[in-house]
Amino acid sequence: MANADCIVIQGSNMAECHPVGYQWVTEAKARGAKVIHVDPRFTRTSAVADRHVPIRAGSDIVLLGALINHVLSNELWFKEYVVAYTNAATIVNEDFRDTEDLDGLFSGYDPETGEYDLESWAYSRREHDASGTEAGSGTTDPDDHEHREDDAHADDYEHGADTSERAAGHQYGSGGPPIEHPEFESDPTLQHPRTVFQILKRHYSRYTPEMVRDACGISVEDFDYLARTITENSGRERTTCFAYAVGWTQHTTGAQFIRAASILQLLLGNMGRPGGGIMALRGHASIQGSTDIPTLFNLLPGYLPMPRVGMDSLEDYLDSVSSRTQKGYWAHADAYTISLLKAWWGDAAQADNDWAYSYLPRLNGAHGTYQTVMSMLDDEVDGYFVFGQNPAVGSAHGRMQRLGMAHLKWLVVRDFSLIETATWWKDGPEIASGELRTEDIETEVFFMPAATHVEKAGTFTQTQRLLQWRHQATTPPGDCQSELHFFYELGRRIRSRLAESTDERDRPLLDLMWDYPTDEHGDPDPEAVLAEINGTHLTGPQAGRPLSSYTEMKPDGSTAGGCWIYSGVYADGINHAANRRPGHEQGPNAPEWGWAWPSNRRILYNRASADPEGRPWSERKKFVWWDEEKQQWTGQDVPDFPVDRAPGSPSDPRAGGAAGLAGDDPFIMQADGKGWLFAPKGMVDGPLPTHYEAQESPVDNPLYTQQQSPARITFPRTDNLSAPSANAAGVGVYPCIFTTYRLTEHHTAGGMSRWLPYLSELQPEMFCEVSPELAAERGLEPYGWATIISPRAAIEAKVLVTERMRTLTVGGRPVHQVGLPYHWGVGGEAFVTGDAANDLLGITLDPNVQIQESKVGSCDIRPGRRPHGAELLALIADYQTRAGLTPETSNERVTDPGTSGAVGGPAAPGTANAAGIPGTPAAPDTPGTETEREG
Amino acid sequence: MRQLTEAPDHIAHHEHPRKGFFTDTSICIGCKACEVACKEWNRNPHDSAFELLESSYDNTGSLGADTWRHVAFVEQSGQQIEQARESGRALVSLGMPGIGPPASRPSSAAPGIVPSDTASSDTTPPDTPEFRWLMSSDVCKHCTNAGCLDVCPTGALFRTEFGTVVVQDDVCNGCGTCVAGCPFGVIERRSDGIVAPKTERDFTPGEQAATRNVGVAQKCTLCYDRMVDDQTPACAQACPTTSIKYGDREEMVATARQRVAELQTQGMSEARLYGANDFDGVGGTGSVFLLLDEPEVYGLPPDPRVPTADLPQMFKRAGIAAAGMLAATAVAFVAGGRR
Repeated sequence: MANADCIVIQGSNMAECHPVGYQWVTEAKARGAKVIHVDPRFTRTSAVADRHVPIRAGSDIVLLGALINHVLSNELWFKEYVVAYTNAATIVNEDFRDTEDLDGLFSGYDPETGEYDLESWAYSRREHDASGTEAGSGTTDPDDHEHREDDAHADDYEHGADTSERAAGHQYGSGGPPIEHPEFESDPTLQHPRTVFQILKRHYSRYTPEMVRDACGISVEDFDYLARTITENSGRERTTCFAYAVGWTQHTTGAQFIRAASILQLLLGNMGRPGGGIMALRGHASIQGSTDIPTLFNLLPGYLPMPRVGMDSLEDYLDSVSSRTQKGYWAHADAYTISLLKAWWGDAAQADNDWAYSYLPRLNGAHGTYQTVMSMLDDEVDGYFVFGQNPAVGSAHGRMQRLGMAHLKWLVVRDFSLIETATWWKDGPEIASGELRTEDIETEVFFMPAATHVEKAGTFTQTQRLLQWRHQATTPPGDCQSELHFFYELGRRIRSRLAESTDERDRPLLDLMWDYPTDEHGDPDPEAVLAEINGTHLTGPQAGRPLSSYTEMKPDGSTAGGCWIYSGVYADGINHAANRRPGHEQGPNAPEWGWAWPSNRRILYNRASADPEGRPWSERKKFVWWDEEKQQWTGQDVPDFPVDRAPGSPSDPRAGGAAGLAGDDPFIMQADGKGWLFAPKGMVDGPLPTHYEAQESPVDNPLYTQQQSPARITFPRTDNLSAPSANAAGVGVYPCIFTTYRLTEHHTAGGMSRWLPYLSELQPEMFCEVSPELAAERGLEPYGWATIISPRAAIEAKVLVTERMRTLTVGGRPVHQVGLPYHWGVGGEAFVTGDAANDLLGITLDPNVQIQESKVGSCDIRPGRRPHGAELLALIADYQTRAGLTPETSNERVTDPGTSGAVGGPAAPGTANAAGIPGTPAAPDTPGTETEREG
Repeated sequence: MRQLTEAPDHIAHHEHPRKGFFTDTSICIGCKACEVACKEWNRNPHDSAFELLESSYDNTGSLGADTWRHVAFVEQSGQQIEQARESGRALVSLGMPGIGPPASRPSSAAPGIVPSDTASSDTTPPDTPEFRWLMSSDVCKHCTNAGCLDVCPTGALFRTEFGTVVVQDDVCNGCGTCVAGCPFGVIERRSDGIVAPKTERDFTPGEQAATRNVGVAQKCTLCYDRMVDDQTPACAQACPTTSIKYGDREEMVATARQRVAELQTQGMSEARLYGANDFDGVGGTGSVFLLLDEPEVYGLPPDPRVPTADLPQMFKRAGIAAAGMLAATAVAFVAGGRR
């Protein structure tokens, strides 16, 4: 980022939520870069940016689409880059129909299931063969690793329990589904009407500055400034970088927000180059690491997908991951998978038992935290481990989380202190409201004290994919344990209990390699784990030696490795994550500080930093280039390309994998080696980003009759009601938009900050932020109390009236936005407590990555404190009745042109009230949210 | 009579150059890491009733016995920004010390990186015109002529070999004279407070760490204990954007002047220095600041003056007054005696 000439921060409050990373923005600015912050609120990031552009929450695709349109219609795109490195010239299937043709739907939509058949989105093939591969999807974003994981971590799941066969994107890991045949029709002149380029042009032609003004509330002047600044700072000599965080991901169209930025950045030639890219800012110390080696139900380490029911053999599974004839490194998924199985099951994994593939569990549906919480409400879950997470406060629809936990037999909470998730049974909001009584709750709650980051060693993997080793400073006090210690011990005890078992289903546990050297306290040596992740040669002349790269992994059982993308971090038996050579002693790329996956590469797809002939695009942006003399790629970074593949080399259509890459195929993980302007596969909700309104929006979709994303995942339940949309009756009951976020002073749900006096005093009370106009309209007193009511809950907060919140003019009328930090929770243990903003949220998900829409919702706000006990429930019910909410409200898939956005309407006013106020969870309840939402 | 104020050449007697801070508020992101790092290192108690202070995002209020770094948050309208620019331009045209001539030198760049060529030519004001949010981390000024030190009757306050002003906790008797002696309202006596987190994760499990130095005058030491080990003060070390810089005072002032010039070139005429003028009422400060508005806006005195500076004159005037009184009395007696 420090090398950027312009930085657009959108969907992130970077200075507040990533203050340490913000040093690079500060540095870029000191070198003359322009910094623009696009955000609903004027935040501490806006305060140090060159310009703040206020935007209506959830309308980002309109703005990004208009920028794409601006670039295309004014001929501002980077022609050589686009023609050579993207799929602009590729011709798409003649059956493809755009949303512009079908009023908000792409071809292939099934209104019954709410899913797309992606066949008509495919590339047009030069020779025909049956396109029989899975209709599916895969990555959040085919253009750059850096973002796709961000969404994935957020929780994924499948639709409802009844749609277990669905081929959702996450089932393909990060490589996306295979594309069988690398030969497609193309037109390098870009004139053919079915080229990606022409489709793109048509698709975004209605995304104009006027549309931006009317839909986003952004003035034409601000748009011009943004468009001018970005385009002036892109091209051969200059690069622009985008940075986002969960302000983009936590929407029903979140993955498409990022796709839209990817298209823009590819058109401007800003991918794979220094100072370019799209930075996915990760919110916790190692949230990147916990997607690389995932804590997600649907992924195996290194973005290999989890097997599904029906994939009976390893071959079935590998066929679903990649085709051996496709280009790029995913074609070698067999080597990565078999090495993983060898690392886990050692000698028990042999060729004759399919490398113990049968030991892996198979998915029969979605098992994310939301589905799990819903299953809890149905008494289908006995026990629950909660680690480093505070779902009672940090997850969407907190009330459903807490009620779900009340159905468990046992609950284990590992944390530093008694967080609300460990104490809801005695002092939670439902105890206060009378919905739960402590004596009725049968859940047995165990609290396990955890070691802090200074009390244990290991790695953090941060935003840049950099693994950094941290050393243990002191031993944990009392009974506190590291995660490693806890899990190792748990595994040991379970294995010893099962030692005598002859049951087949216990084999995977008993055959597991579970043997690590420990220190005198029994804590396993984390370097031994890192070495296992890195992998080793098992046989042959190098037996016993650590692997130096994933390219050494073999599909014949001669190598083992726990996570292919991390292979090389322990090359030569050296812990490279612990490299600590100060930056000022090395070049700007600082390769000897920590270790970045893969292969210590600092910028992915960096082949694109050179032109098709292999020369740097400019001296100023020189990074990786072709050395004619040595006949190899060289430069400031580890080249992200076969090192000896000359620029002009043609693609060998018969060769798969890395060997199939042409000399100008920089996007080496894509099945065609190109950056995808149009995603023929990989996204389940559309090959191109299209603007839809949020699940809850008082604004009518200005582009189509279709109000919300037709492929979004809804949970129409009485305890998960949504506000009416747009022109529907009752929309005025919840007239304001609210958005939730973090503050610098606290950490997510507060487990690491509200128990500390130094942090608690800095932001001691829950508050909401409102504009002076809204305060005047509703009679809100500065620093007085306000009650905020959504269809799910009512909370109270102190009021900050500030010019930093802007009332925007959208579609000619004022739209008020209410800002809500989500750090506080109701309980008795912390220094500071307060109502939890996440209780207001409902659960509706992005279909690609199953993240909840927590950055925008509908609410009402009024002065004064909220009532307590039964009166509180009555207040919520009263609003639901007045708005006429039913489980169908805003949940219809295809918007009825007659009502245009209206669902439910005033038709069934009675349905929602008493039964709708949860507490009688007879109806199926929606699951909870996410792993403590990143900020 | 000027000796009543500590002579500035005290500072030059030591082998160490005078150390100080340069706080560049134009790149402060208001993260308050400095406040927390300071309290952590010095084990200062928290300073709060855990209620909103009703002052934007500021909930610690001001510097005091427990808060040695304090970040101010000021929300300003377009009109106020224009006023700040006006007053900044007035400073330049008056040739006030503390603001150098616009320099053409581009900002420093790390090796291997070509600096942007538009940096010096672009004069678009770098903030949103209708609104801005100022953030500034305040700290003890470590004055050249330190009022607190001058008035301390016990010698608890002393000038270190780095030219900073530090309280010796074990010498201070808590008389509080220094509190009135500081023109910035920095030093204060500590009352009470809680140091440890509520998690019983202290060095002695289950016990709260005792608050240190209750009843004694407390203020920033510029991390004297770290300086003697050649370490950077905790706040500067924690600052993610280098808004807080630490080093030789001379170098800090030079950096500050250069930065002001740079901002002026970019059209930010409101940029100005605070504390860099060695001829102000405290002889210049060890902690210098780059501000984007009048000092009062940040809660800083516009024209700080060490109280002891006026002592000679005060004594003189008191002497004259006393003499006058004596004379008057004498006259009265003489006149009365005549009766």
